[in-house]
Amino acid sequence: MAALWRSLRLVAPMWNRSTRGIHHLGGAVDPESNQKKRRTMLQYLSDYFYDVEFLRGYFFQNEMVKVHQKNRFRDKEWIRPDKYGHFSQEFWNFSEVPVEAVDASDCAINYEGLENLHLLKELQSLSLQRCPHVDDWCLSRLYPLADSLQELSLAGCPRISERGLGCLYHLQNLRWLDISDLPSVSNPGLTQILVEEMLPNCNVVGVNLAEGLKIGPEEQPRDTDRPVPA
Amino acid sequence: MLPRVLSLGVRRGRFTRRPGTLRGGFSLDWEEKLSEIKKKIQSALPGTSLLPLYDSSHLPPDHADVVIIGGGVLGLSVAYWLKKLEKQRGALRVLVVERDLTYSRASSALSLGGIHQQFSLPENIQLSLFSASFLRNINEHLAVVDAPPLDLQFNPLGYLWLASEKNAAAMENNVKMQRQEGAKVCLMSPDQLRNKFPWINTEGVALASYGMEDEGWFDPWCLLQGLRRKVQSMGVVFCQGEVTRFVSSSSHMMTKNQKEVKLKRIYEVHVKMDNSLEYQPVECSIVINAAGAWSAQVAALAGIGKGPPDTLQGTKLPVEPRKRYVYVWHCPQGPGLESPLVADTSGTYFRREGLGSNYLGGRSPTEEEEPDPGNLEVDHDFFQDKVWPHLAQRVPAFETLKVQNAWAGYYDYNTFDQNGVVGPHPLVVNMFFATGFSGHGLQQAPGVGRAVAEMIVEGRFQTINLDSFLFSRFYLEEKIQEDNII
Repeated sequence: MAALWRSLRLVAPMWNRSTRGIHHLGGAVDPESNQKKRRTMLQYLSDYFYDVEFLRGYFFQNEMVKVHQKNRFRDKEWIRPDKYGHFSQEFWNFSEVPVEAVDASDCAINYEGLENLHLLKELQSLSLQRCPHVDDWCLSRLYPLADSLQELSLAGCPRISERGLGCLYHLQNLRWLDISDLPSVSNPGLTQILVEEMLPNCNVVGVNLAEGLKIGPEEQPRDTDRPVPA
Repeated sequence: MLPRVLSLGVRRGRFTRRPGTLRGGFSLDWEEKLSEIKKKIQSALPGTSLLPLYDSSHLPPDHADVVIIGGGVLGLSVAYWLKKLEKQRGALRVLVVERDLTYSRASSALSLGGIHQQFSLPENIQLSLFSASFLRNINEHLAVVDAPPLDLQFNPLGYLWLASEKNAAAMENNVKMQRQEGAKVCLMSPDQLRNKFPWINTEGVALASYGMEDEGWFDPWCLLQGLRRKVQSMGVVFCQGEVTRFVSSSSHMMTKNQKEVKLKRIYEVHVKMDNSLEYQPVECSIVINAAGAWSAQVAALAGIGKGPPDTLQGTKLPVEPRKRYVYVWHCPQGPGLESPLVADTSGTYFRREGLGSNYLGGRSPTEEEEPDPGNLEVDHDFFQDKVWPHLAQRVPAFETLKVQNAWAGYYDYNTFDQNGVVGPHPLVVNMFFATGFSGHGLQQAPGVGRAVAEMIVEGRFQTINLDSFLFSRFYLEEKIQEDNII
């Protein structure tokens, strides 16, 4: 399934503005700072959940495109960018269609960019896997999606810690949460248990609770094909 | 060493002449000759550290443009913004004088580290909003070459303020104003509160306000060290010492009503070294009082408050140290990972700490119960009698808990209206205040630092208008009361 997923993902074009970031410093300059504020693109998931296929790019905050919910449509072909990275005009005909799932994996989306998601009132699935700039502050921006969001994936985000996971409490309709491979979480097993207690209706996946546990000397290893870390 | 010790009993006036030199006679006055030679060398070769007869590396420099008294988070924030907003690189020579470099009694280090925007004054809300965005981008602001990035350990879970019947209307008005200023706060009825947080007992609660974004708590020590590191890399000089004297010049002016007013200008600050009688006079042009709980003593040194009462000269700086306790307890069945910092109707507050069911909290004592601020000893009976009953009443799970640890710290408490004092003094024209924040200084430090730096560099507040926080309100009796203090 993951292979199918990957093959259907399209690389969205990047609109590059040469303006300097708002946080332009006079003294020490962080080389990342110019880039990370101005590249926020989102890709769209394919028919893993629904028949709606929709590809969308995001402009900077001043040029937001609003999504109104009117008609859904089915079985359209993928709209691909041409060789210059531009979309054709028919793209804009779909601006009435609600966005139901967003796949922002590996995107450089940040705190300001997540504000754009607030307008997607029917968003049901969000994937923020391996986003390098998504941290605890960003998770506190997800609460407006509480009514509709059912699936969330935060796997592999290097800056998310257990403190930000407490913000997910607002997402009461969440049914599937992936918190695997979060390097900044200090105690993944305990965090998983606390998150499960916090969201009782949600299936929290991703953490191997047996990780780090050793089988005692008198017990027989029951699961011989699973390697036990020493 | 020797000339400094010799100079102790001797008045360091500039224009005195020693007997014996009056008619050009020979005098064995080594010290006078030394200072003449020093002045000549200094004018010929500015910037040299002269005559290394004794080691003076622990002393502050001879001159500084701005002397900041107090190296806590407010003092460091002012230093940072001064260096950031100065017109030319290296234009301002800033010296930070801190009495205790271990920060053992500093309010910044002992703070709970909370930040929220649920205030009743628009200026406080704006300061807090700016500080939140500063903290969010702290690694852009305080980046130092080759140093690791800062991890503030920010916990974005927000503040939950509970209001009883009599405060409910005020809370609703405040929330409306907070929303206008841009804070994301939502109001909840007792039923909604029970749905959201089933572990709360909503008896006596009429309304609750919950901050959804930009509110939470963080590690104040990390902010302090980050500021210190950055500020040192920008060229601010740090010195360990205590300010013991201000030398000022005064000029007499007439007001419109033909009343005489004496305006003072501090031109020298005497910084005394620890455990020694040695002191260094630092020539300066601006002094910033960011001494926290001890600001009133520093202000008194400058003559603020020495005069007949009910006059501007006689208005003291109404900031005094108030001791506050913080207790850490363990409660296995307590509120879960999602619990915000809850501030109860009785003034009790608590928050969760870490993954292990530990909680931090306390309560501000009433005026009658104020503990003696002479030391930082913890009174455990205060928890038993005054804090635990309220905790257990509000969160029934806290009926069984075990206190693990406790500490005490000072609030730089403004007895007038519990809000900060920012800006110059009307009579001592080059002393600026950045103190008196009564428990919310840490969360407003970046904003206040910027405001003071703007005042010094530009002459007026540019981004956030803190005119209502000036010292003159104490004389004019204009209170700007802040209600939401814990």
